[in-house]
Amino acid sequence: MKAARDLLPPLVFGAAVLLIWEGVVRLAGVPSVILPAPSAIGERFVHSIPTLSADFLQTIRGVLAGYLIGNATGLLVAILIDRSPFLQRGLLPLGNLVSALPIIGVAPIMVMWFGFDWPSKAAVVVVMTFFPMLVNAAAGLRSAGSMERDLMRTYGAGYGQTLRKLRLPSALPFVFNALKINTTLSLIGAIVAEFFGTPTVGMGFRISTEVGHLSIDMVWATIVVAAVTGSLFYAIVALVERRATFWHASYRAK
Amino acid sequence: MSNRIIPLLTVLAALFAVWYLAAALMNASLQRDLFANNDNKSYTTGDLINSSLNMERPKLPAPHQIASELYKLVIATPPSSKRGLVFHARITLEETLIGFAIGAALGIGLAVLIVSIPLLEHSLMPWIVASQTVPIIALAPMIVVILNQFDIGGMTPKAAIAAYLSFFPITVGMTKGFRSPDPLQLDLMRTYSATSAQVLTKLRAPASLPFFFASMRIGVAAALVGAVVAEVTKSEDGGLGARLLAGSYYGQTVQIWAALFMAAALSGILVALIDGIGRLTLKRWAFLT
Amino acid sequence: MATKLNTIEIDDVSLTFPTSDGPVQALSGVSLDIVKGEFVSFIGPSGCGKTTLLRAIADLEAPTSGAIRVNGMSPQEARLKRAYGYVFQAPALYPWRTVASNIALPLEIMGVGKAERRNRVERGLELVNLKGFGAKFPWQLSGGMQQRASIARALSFDPELLLMDEPFGALDEIVRDMLNQQLLQLWDKTGKTVLFVTHSIPEAVFLYTRIVVMSPRPGRIHEVIDCRFPRNRTLDIRETPEFLDVAHRVRLGLRAGHSYDV
Repeated sequence: MKAARDLLPPLVFGAAVLLIWEGVVRLAGVPSVILPAPSAIGERFVHSIPTLSADFLQTIRGVLAGYLIGNATGLLVAILIDRSPFLQRGLLPLGNLVSALPIIGVAPIMVMWFGFDWPSKAAVVVVMTFFPMLVNAAAGLRSAGSMERDLMRTYGAGYGQTLRKLRLPSALPFVFNALKINTTLSLIGAIVAEFFGTPTVGMGFRISTEVGHLSIDMVWATIVVAAVTGSLFYAIVALVERRATFWHASYRAK
Repeated sequence: MSNRIIPLLTVLAALFAVWYLAAALMNASLQRDLFANNDNKSYTTGDLINSSLNMERPKLPAPHQIASELYKLVIATPPSSKRGLVFHARITLEETLIGFAIGAALGIGLAVLIVSIPLLEHSLMPWIVASQTVPIIALAPMIVVILNQFDIGGMTPKAAIAAYLSFFPITVGMTKGFRSPDPLQLDLMRTYSATSAQVLTKLRAPASLPFFFASMRIGVAAALVGAVVAEVTKSEDGGLGARLLAGSYYGQTVQIWAALFMAAALSGILVALIDGIGRLTLKRWAFLT
Repeated sequence: MATKLNTIEIDDVSLTFPTSDGPVQALSGVSLDIVKGEFVSFIGPSGCGKTTLLRAIADLEAPTSGAIRVNGMSPQEARLKRAYGYVFQAPALYPWRTVASNIALPLEIMGVGKAERRNRVERGLELVNLKGFGAKFPWQLSGGMQQRASIARALSFDPELLLMDEPFGALDEIVRDMLNQQLLQLWDKTGKTVLFVTHSIPEAVFLYTRIVVMSPRPGRIHEVIDCRFPRNRTLDIRETPEFLDVAHRVRLGLRAGHSYDV
């Protein structure tokens, strides 16, 4: 009931925007090279499902491969430098700095190194997702409270035990925060990398070529796919986040 | 202080070492082919390493190559020359700053509307938040083309993309900031029967200051990314993004890396500037209250 | 009384913390012996070093000078031998674990088998009257229940010694009275040695075989009050003249210890 009440205003607003958009385009006769009507985009979408799904599959391969490798290495490095305050003081400011840099610029280099196909996109995504995970996971590992740590000390627990039983679980929210940030970053990375060269398929390729052909309705259809992919990806990670905490607790209850 | 700088320098030194090693390893096979083409069979390992680190189009240029390229393009070339990086960096900087200013003004304005008008908050905010999960940069090439239809060319489309990329995070950040005062303080304003404009200027705006600087930091970095990506899609009038694209067309790796470092430096300076102003302001604010 | 029975020997212990405003002396020349089976309450205003003393016994802080022996060992050896259970000011239960698995945590770390773990958790839950709540998560319980669970956790591996640092400080008075009584019964039943830090006079007086009154700046022992109510006392004793008399002595001690820094 409450969910329905929360959902209603944004849905009404979204529907209103679409209606006004459609109305304006039709009444004012806006040429479709500038702004196609939502109905035209919908029609284009339905007719281009094979192309759109081929693009989606091409791009998502790079996104997922890069996302997995980037996050895994970020987390691993965070755990490895955890015992060395020296390395942390050296690496973490660097990680924070990198988050402010236009890392997306490595795209042409990766395309040169790994070729036009999806591995170069995955490489861009690895570079983009690594640092957010490193910085967040390192903060997460430091997040366990001092009382909780003292408790482990009173049990004479070793480093490994404290890591497993206390610090990794308490780092989980931070890790998931990075996982969520990285969903968007990985899509951006893969799509922009495709602007620099692809085997004639992929969402970034589709957008840049169809813009060249002035078939803006196809561009919009691809953007719809990208938007839905981004939201779904994020939603799935958010769902896993909820589940993971639950699983964690119930798993240890038995 | 020194116990922060020494680790950083150590890590940087290690990074350089790894870089050189990687450059030697990655370029060696290219260089070997080059030697073979020139019928040079008598080269030593030393020659190979030395040449690998000084190739014209290496797979991975060595740091000193990038440094000398940067010197050549930034210091030795006059700033007005199209061949120099200063020329292109200025284009990118201008687009970034114009876009950022517009994005920040719109973002803050929208955040004010959102916290003042409940209906707007309920209908608009979920979309703005959702937009954060969407790769909105995909829209960049289209914005360029659409603006072109209206005969709007030059810097404007790129500044527009920069504005639009910085707009979303600033809106979200500032809305959070305006909402950050705690309910007790808002109740206090209610007991004074303050108008919503007074609540905004006396409570919400000052309370949002830390969020303001955090949003500006993210916003300016996003604007720069927007400007660079826009230059990739509309490369005819220069900019660092155009240099990236040109370098990738012609396999000029050293040029790509130089442009990349320039963009990184630009972003780093802008962010550091905002951080600096933010730190000073926040400190002062804390002194005053 | 033979010194062999001493569970804890504290000999001229001083402890100084370095801070940005220069060193702060938290403990100065503290000496105290605690006999097996005693219930010793430590009371004093904040800054008197009572928590620091408890932490030094637990090897969570290292004395600057002097020596502490726990069961004839150094605090570190005692900690590694898991000689004591520690109860903090807050329950410090892990939110991702159920109550039962929180109680089992020290047992897991000490390598106790699964079946034995389940047994001991059952016993622990019973001991603190939390039977049937094992599958709940800490955040689903009230503050008093959480603190009881943390006591069960401290007792799960059956240490001889229980160190409690203002464990009921954050609870309201009604819950606190109830827990005090349950704690006494537990002590009576198990015969453990308990060191109990508090800043509440009635709590200190109700729960003790000895009260150690401490005073601040530098933290030191002001007075040790040695008086015995029966082990199985009830809350009613708080109405008796003896109780009020001891409470009065503690109050005097606290005031005297405090006098020369105001």
